[in-house]
Amino acid sequence: MADAVTLAEPLGMIGLRGDHGDERVRAAVVGLTGTAFPERLRIEGTSQRGVAWMSPDELLIFVPRSEVALAVDRLATDLAGLHHLVTDVSDMRVCVRIEGPDAREVLAKLSPADLHPDVFGPGLFRRSRLGQLAAAFWLEGEGARVICFRSVADYAVALLRQSAADGAVGHF
Amino acid sequence: MSTRLHRGGRLIDRSRPLRFSFDGHPYQGYEGDTLASALLANGQMLVGRSFKYHRPRGFVASGHEEPNGLVNLGAGDRVEPNHRATVTPLKDGMTALSQNRFPSLDIDVGVLNDALGRFLPAGFYYKTFMWPRAFWKHVYEPVIRKSAGLGRVPQGRDPDTYEHFNVHVDVLIAGGGVAGLSAAWAAAQSGQRVLLMEQSPCWGGRAVIDEPEIDGTPASHWVDRTVRALRSMPNVRLRLNAQVSGVFDHGYVLAAEQLEGAGPRQRLWRIRAGKVIAANGAIERPLAFAGNDVPGVMLASAMRDYLVNWGVSIGDRVVVVTNNDDAYRTALAIHRAGLIVPAIVDARPRPDGELVRQARDLGIRIEAGRGIAKVTGRRRVSGVKLCALSGEGSPIEEIFCDAVAMSGGWTPSVHLWSHCGGGLSWDDDRAMFLPDPKRPPRNHNGSPIVLPAGSVVGELRTAAVIGSGARAGAAAVGADAPEILAHDAEEGPFLPVWIMPQGAKTALKRKMWLDFQNDVKVSDVELAAREGFQSVEHAKRYTTLGMATDQGKLSNINGLAVLSNALHVPIPQVGTTTFRPPYTPLTLGTIGGVAKEHLFQPVRRTAIHEWHQRHGATWEPVGLWRRPFAYIRPGEHVHAAMNREVLAVRNGVGLLDASTLGKIVVKGPDAGRFLDMMYTNVMSSLPVGKCRYGLMCTENGFLSDDGVVIRLSEDSWLCHTTTGGADRIHAHMEDWLQTEWHDWKVYVANLTEQWAQIAVAGPRARDVLSKLGGMDLSREALPFMAFAEGKLGGFDARVHRISFSGELSFEVAVPANQGLALWEALMQAGTEWGITPYGTEAMHVLRAEKGYIMIGEETDGTVIPQDLNLGWAVSKKKPDFLGKRAQERSHMAGGHRWKLVGLEPLNRSVLPEGAYVLGHGENANGQRNAEGRVTSTYFSATLDRGIAMALIENGPERMGQVVQVSNKGGQPIEARIVDPVLYDKAGDKLNG
Repeated sequence: MADAVTLAEPLGMIGLRGDHGDERVRAAVVGLTGTAFPERLRIEGTSQRGVAWMSPDELLIFVPRSEVALAVDRLATDLAGLHHLVTDVSDMRVCVRIEGPDAREVLAKLSPADLHPDVFGPGLFRRSRLGQLAAAFWLEGEGARVICFRSVADYAVALLRQSAADGAVGHF
Repeated sequence: MSTRLHRGGRLIDRSRPLRFSFDGHPYQGYEGDTLASALLANGQMLVGRSFKYHRPRGFVASGHEEPNGLVNLGAGDRVEPNHRATVTPLKDGMTALSQNRFPSLDIDVGVLNDALGRFLPAGFYYKTFMWPRAFWKHVYEPVIRKSAGLGRVPQGRDPDTYEHFNVHVDVLIAGGGVAGLSAAWAAAQSGQRVLLMEQSPCWGGRAVIDEPEIDGTPASHWVDRTVRALRSMPNVRLRLNAQVSGVFDHGYVLAAEQLEGAGPRQRLWRIRAGKVIAANGAIERPLAFAGNDVPGVMLASAMRDYLVNWGVSIGDRVVVVTNNDDAYRTALAIHRAGLIVPAIVDARPRPDGELVRQARDLGIRIEAGRGIAKVTGRRRVSGVKLCALSGEGSPIEEIFCDAVAMSGGWTPSVHLWSHCGGGLSWDDDRAMFLPDPKRPPRNHNGSPIVLPAGSVVGELRTAAVIGSGARAGAAAVGADAPEILAHDAEEGPFLPVWIMPQGAKTALKRKMWLDFQNDVKVSDVELAAREGFQSVEHAKRYTTLGMATDQGKLSNINGLAVLSNALHVPIPQVGTTTFRPPYTPLTLGTIGGVAKEHLFQPVRRTAIHEWHQRHGATWEPVGLWRRPFAYIRPGEHVHAAMNREVLAVRNGVGLLDASTLGKIVVKGPDAGRFLDMMYTNVMSSLPVGKCRYGLMCTENGFLSDDGVVIRLSEDSWLCHTTTGGADRIHAHMEDWLQTEWHDWKVYVANLTEQWAQIAVAGPRARDVLSKLGGMDLSREALPFMAFAEGKLGGFDARVHRISFSGELSFEVAVPANQGLALWEALMQAGTEWGITPYGTEAMHVLRAEKGYIMIGEETDGTVIPQDLNLGWAVSKKKPDFLGKRAQERSHMAGGHRWKLVGLEPLNRSVLPEGAYVLGHGENANGQRNAEGRVTSTYFSATLDRGIAMALIENGPERMGQVVQVSNKGGQPIEARIVDPVLYDKAGDKLNG
């Protein structure tokens, strides 16, 4: 039985660029998500409420979609006077769910990242490639979550479905 | 005849017969056979014809190095040419066809070339088909191609799927023989990630054929035991049928796995390895004697493989010819199988190893210091004529036999070591090119990527092979090597023999094959040397030595030894040709992986894509996007649709999906300063709430992108880019911010996909938007080049008064998830004014009528803003911006530039795209001089005639002049130079 690949319900997503070492930035993020502040290559919390490390000065914050506008305002208030950039990016990307025992191999067919369980465990977040697509992914629920740009949502689902349908490699 | 023996065959299951066909003849084999072993079991020795002379050819090897046994495998859409039958597992119902024969394998008219062989030497094609020149394309090449081609191309789409798989390992081991297994065992003790790959379906390599003693037990037991132990370790993975194909920079490795059953047919492993242990063995060398290509002459080790693995004998009477002890194992195996070895012809004057003594004790006749002068027989060996090795080849006697087992020693497979630059050194004693441990391929840290082991480092005895493997495995993980004891027969020294006999004259050399598939003989290589080819790389290409599908696995070492001899320089000075990946050919399907058919390439779709599709859109690819080119109504021609769309915008109102335009937010205390560097004009002075058209240049001054910049707040701007420029310009900004101005406080974010954007253009545009309500879009509240944010009919909108059509125009941006709903609401609201969706072609015509430039049409990377009369958008006041200095250079600032003008064809036609504006006279190449070129050309529905834009030398100073425009295949077209702005020059409509 191949892993199931489906498009997830739209997520609430906020992009934040700022100094990760700044206490105000850390406090604003943690105050919003109720999680720890993510270290390099990590995600804290989940796609419903959490925060992922995107680059040395960029985060992606997940909140319920209904709370996005409020959260953007709150960040703007908390970070007033500090050099930063907050953007509502909820419509920019889609989330794809891979549910099943072989999610790791479905991803490894497409991404050059090291997905060995010793390295890619729960809480790890990789911005990488899936075939020709830019994508990020992490383990969540009974499988994995992928985010990619909305314009390639159909392609991403078809690509992941084909990789799932092609079956397990039996490597990990 | 080759045949199946009643006993033996460690790999076959005689209770499971399989049916297959070859050239239409039905045959039977067994589970475990290869196609080659099954054909040989059925007496089918003749399997192909050689490339050039169409000589009859039989199997010469048992593995991937096989040059002759290539077949067209499969039927229908699954035909695959050039399949090596020696490594093709037999399947029930398999169909195979021989290649390179016409009309049939038995009767081949191309064999005429063989009779004329004296007249078809190396370089024949280069020398002969030179004249008359036109004949090459129309006569010679088609005929040569038809007679030469190997295999047939499949006619249909490949129905199979393929996939890639990425893994990271600490140690990758290529080769599952005893060297690879001992390396895996040694490396695995560290707990690091170990991946062991073996190209064949079984472990153990040659050791399980010859059964030396390892760790006190027969080799096959040790192999089974070791494989079981490795399988039980959590850090070790083993793969059969997986060939390590190439080693690349930084330890990136490709391997191809052949799969069975449902699912993909092949899997390409993309491996990032800390260390690669090359334990991929050695390949036996053929000997170069006259008639060494006659079917029935085979490598000694291959003959032993067929006997031991598949219970197949190649002949009843086998003469063994050798320069080393290993071939005696073949003689002994044949003797033990109850077949006859009439003689072992040993080139060495006094062979005396343990195996030699065993053969002698069994009463096998050994002819020392002898060689083969000639093989008799044409389509099958009928005998050999013996001679003195050191002589010219005068026959001493003829021995009747039906097969010859030859061994010229072994050549280490140094491919994986060499792919990424590992150096080789020549070992004179063993007559081998070996990995030079001082010159390994290195990674980014300067440490070796590849550790060679086993026969790859020239070891041929079991104990040494195992020891080398264990040491390499331990070295890869920084541990001590375990000791594994092994024992096999003592062997005497080997004698390098490059041609046999050593004093052979040309007549014999013309029948001594080096490269079997490409028909390269000793005489060809010597001719190349005489004709001045000194570099081995040149000699290879001139003679085609080593250029066949086997890439010289059998031929290279013998060929370069012959070349060295002919040039009178030592072998190491001649050197080898370059070892390039892949080790054996990969199918295109494997390389492409999952990316085929609907997954071939991602297509980017806007939020409104489905609507366009449902309403007759024909598509234009722009980057990876698909944009509607025009919306075609039933029965409508595309040109008619385009004209209808243009007129709808000019007279009523149209809708364009502009979502693909790049949208980059730039924010921070230094954002204004940053944008003043990025754009040629001033952006820092733009008031909040206003829009400004801007140009971006590269540092070389050439126009790179354009678009409207809006100021969102005191410290943030939104930059619109072209559709194709979004990612590139975002990267361009980050590049300058991260490398040059890293201390500037600026953040950028590419939000292109966050918003859907719809252009509402035409005299009725305001009426349509007003109907949605919620925002004051009057001329006073929202003048041209302003924007406003608000709720437009319930949508979260940002409405820009900008125009790319010359009409009253609004571009409305909403979050992408609201895009489709907004589009549908606008279509609904505009019904009473005949609102018309328009595509990119109408957009092009509208902007060209208005004289607006388009990046990629009017620009091509050599055009500066001043060429396009856009000097007004290039700041004179700013101290610097990207491209400023370059634009001041003499040839940019001086006269004689091709500059933008309009062209009005006198006959009202549409000028050809890309046409040249003809100048006077001809250039040095006899070509007509050009003084300009057409950059955009359309039929204007508004003006009911062809319109065009062109870059013409000093164009703006030549208004009213008539120029000649090239017209391929016809007379030049006359056109008048005019102002490019043909529509509403005063801008009343746009400001309306």
